[in-house]
Amino acid sequence: MTERDKIEAAAAELAEAAAGRSLTYMEVCGTHTMAIARHGLRQLLPPGLRLVSGPGCPVCVTAIGDIDRAVALAALPDVILTTFGDLMRVPASRSTLADERAGGSQVRVVYSAFEAVELAAAEPDREVVLVGIGFETTAPTVAAGIIAAKERGVKNFSVLSLHKTMPAPMRALLDAGETPLDGFILPGHVSVITGADAFDFLADDYGVGGVVAGFEPDDVVRGLLALATQERPAIQIEYSRAVTPEGNRVAQEVIERVFEPCDADWRGLGPIPGSGLALSPEFRDFDAAERFEIDPGEPVEPKGCRCGDVLRGLIDPSECALFGTRCTPETPVGACMVSSEGACAAHYRYRDLT
Amino acid sequence: MSDRILIGHGSGGRQYRDLVDQVFVRHFSNPLLDPLDDAATLTGACASGRRLAFTTDAHVVRPLKFPGGDIGRLAVAGTVNDVATAAARPLALAAAFVIEEGLPVGELEEICASMAATAREADVPIATGDTKVVERGLADGLYITTTGIGEVVVDHEVSPRAVREGDLVLLSGTIGDHSAAVLAARGEFKLEIVIESDCAPLWSLVEAALEAGGEEVRFLRDATRGGLTTVLVELAESSGLGVAVEEEAIPLSPPVRAVCELLGYDPLTLANEGKMVMAVGPERADAVLEAVKRHPLGSRAALIGEVVSDHPGRVAMRTPFGTRRVLDMPVGELLPRIC
Repeated sequence: MTERDKIEAAAAELAEAAAGRSLTYMEVCGTHTMAIARHGLRQLLPPGLRLVSGPGCPVCVTAIGDIDRAVALAALPDVILTTFGDLMRVPASRSTLADERAGGSQVRVVYSAFEAVELAAAEPDREVVLVGIGFETTAPTVAAGIIAAKERGVKNFSVLSLHKTMPAPMRALLDAGETPLDGFILPGHVSVITGADAFDFLADDYGVGGVVAGFEPDDVVRGLLALATQERPAIQIEYSRAVTPEGNRVAQEVIERVFEPCDADWRGLGPIPGSGLALSPEFRDFDAAERFEIDPGEPVEPKGCRCGDVLRGLIDPSECALFGTRCTPETPVGACMVSSEGACAAHYRYRDLT
Repeated sequence: MSDRILIGHGSGGRQYRDLVDQVFVRHFSNPLLDPLDDAATLTGACASGRRLAFTTDAHVVRPLKFPGGDIGRLAVAGTVNDVATAAARPLALAAAFVIEEGLPVGELEEICASMAATAREADVPIATGDTKVVERGLADGLYITTTGIGEVVVDHEVSPRAVREGDLVLLSGTIGDHSAAVLAARGEFKLEIVIESDCAPLWSLVEAALEAGGEEVRFLRDATRGGLTTVLVELAESSGLGVAVEEEAIPLSPPVRAVCELLGYDPLTLANEGKMVMAVGPERADAVLEAVKRHPLGSRAALIGEVVSDHPGRVAMRTPFGTRRVLDMPVGELLPRIC
């Protein structure tokens, strides 16, 4: 069977299972957002089945005020701010990290926390700050970098932790009840770390099912099919080649050692208690928020930006008045159009002819 | 001569002359260059009454050497290929070097040897040149600007405006190789991949296509920065027609596909340095494809799409799953200093 045959067969089964029903499923993983858009999978879905994007893009859900803090750190004379590439062009209240770099601030893109630690070791007269953004998939690698810095005595390294955890915003969305959700395509990479059991609360507390799906087009369609054919709400693993019920204990322990839960501010969702990760007492020396005094100024939301509504799954990107007109990948207004995992960027980049 | 380039080597005086003799002329020697006049004179090019093609390119690739090539090979092949897109045989190249003080002469020699070898492959002399040396800390080792002049060998128009509905789009081989090779060479990812840059002069491949297709070859462009997507968008926008491509038909080597999946790159927008895109009338498309596939640099050539009257000015791609999406020019600098 060719790829095309497999997908068509899965799509046919899905159409049958969804016939006569009105279903809304949400995915909460930036990689899923991109994979679904890149392969045009929405074009294969039956009418009546709506697939919305949720708050699964770590850069997109970072509050503007937090990006302002990164910008303020970059402006400090002895600081080299390091970040994963995505953050460079995200509009903060008054600037972007790319603008700061063009203006003379030291801002560098790194591909791992270890790279930032190496940089600190190589530049003992400077302070290297890593902006830590990402969910449970990224947090262990940043934690490992911090442990390495401590063990090697690299003191001029610190992290501005903007890390967040996944289950909390899903609870918040369901509690708010704005969009009726019939099920979740659960985040593949996050589930590798947390284990599928971390999402049991969806079925147990809210009567909503969830399926952990892989990222190939066939995986996604089969994940939707599994949701549509669940007899009762349950948490299922379809991505069994990578995900287990209990997850990766080693990674979880590393997170628990270096970080502790804290309250966090989510773009679109507002403050959610216990949804963020702050440095634990053992590693507080590496907390950039404690080490540096900065004045980021008042956060300013870009006018007309509906990133928040997109992240809550209230609207599709194309329903935002700025989409494709004032807000494009070349001239982004909000994070969702800039980030490589943003719903708006995915919709725009992989859109069909209208 | 010293073993490193010094500021004096760019001065125009004795040290400069030593550098020119012992490095540049030694590697590039040919009748046009050897007199070392300030300008080379080309005879016969205008007498034929044919049109001349004229182009220039600056090369700032980092690192200077990468699997499958170096800045020198890039400089020669890149300009030969730009000339070729005008359906022109390259007649001569000029090469200007901006060298960072302290560059080991041995490194410069290796790059010149590479340029000479590439120029021989393309049967084009490096007829004239210039050298400047800048202080340590500037020029990142070496920048090279090459200018090329060629003789257009056809009488019909080869440009987006000549392209017609129904013309087929031909791609001469796998895409993304150059970017992947340079990325690996930068060592940022610690990847163990065996990918070589596709950097190569393509005039003889284009010549074979023109011989097989004649007037039906209506568009030629090499896919460099911005990748295949940029060429297709330029074709659509400049022709005012639409371009429809099949994702499955686009040749992509497995290691490049893997690197792209791993790092989140779209292979369609990655730079190439040895790939030609053509638009050919349907009657001769198969013949041109066969001719290109027979050429050593075109063995993976494929027909990847068609010029259509739908969606004028835009490019649409059909995925292997039957879904469809628009291809846009990439935004921003994904991989700086790629060529």
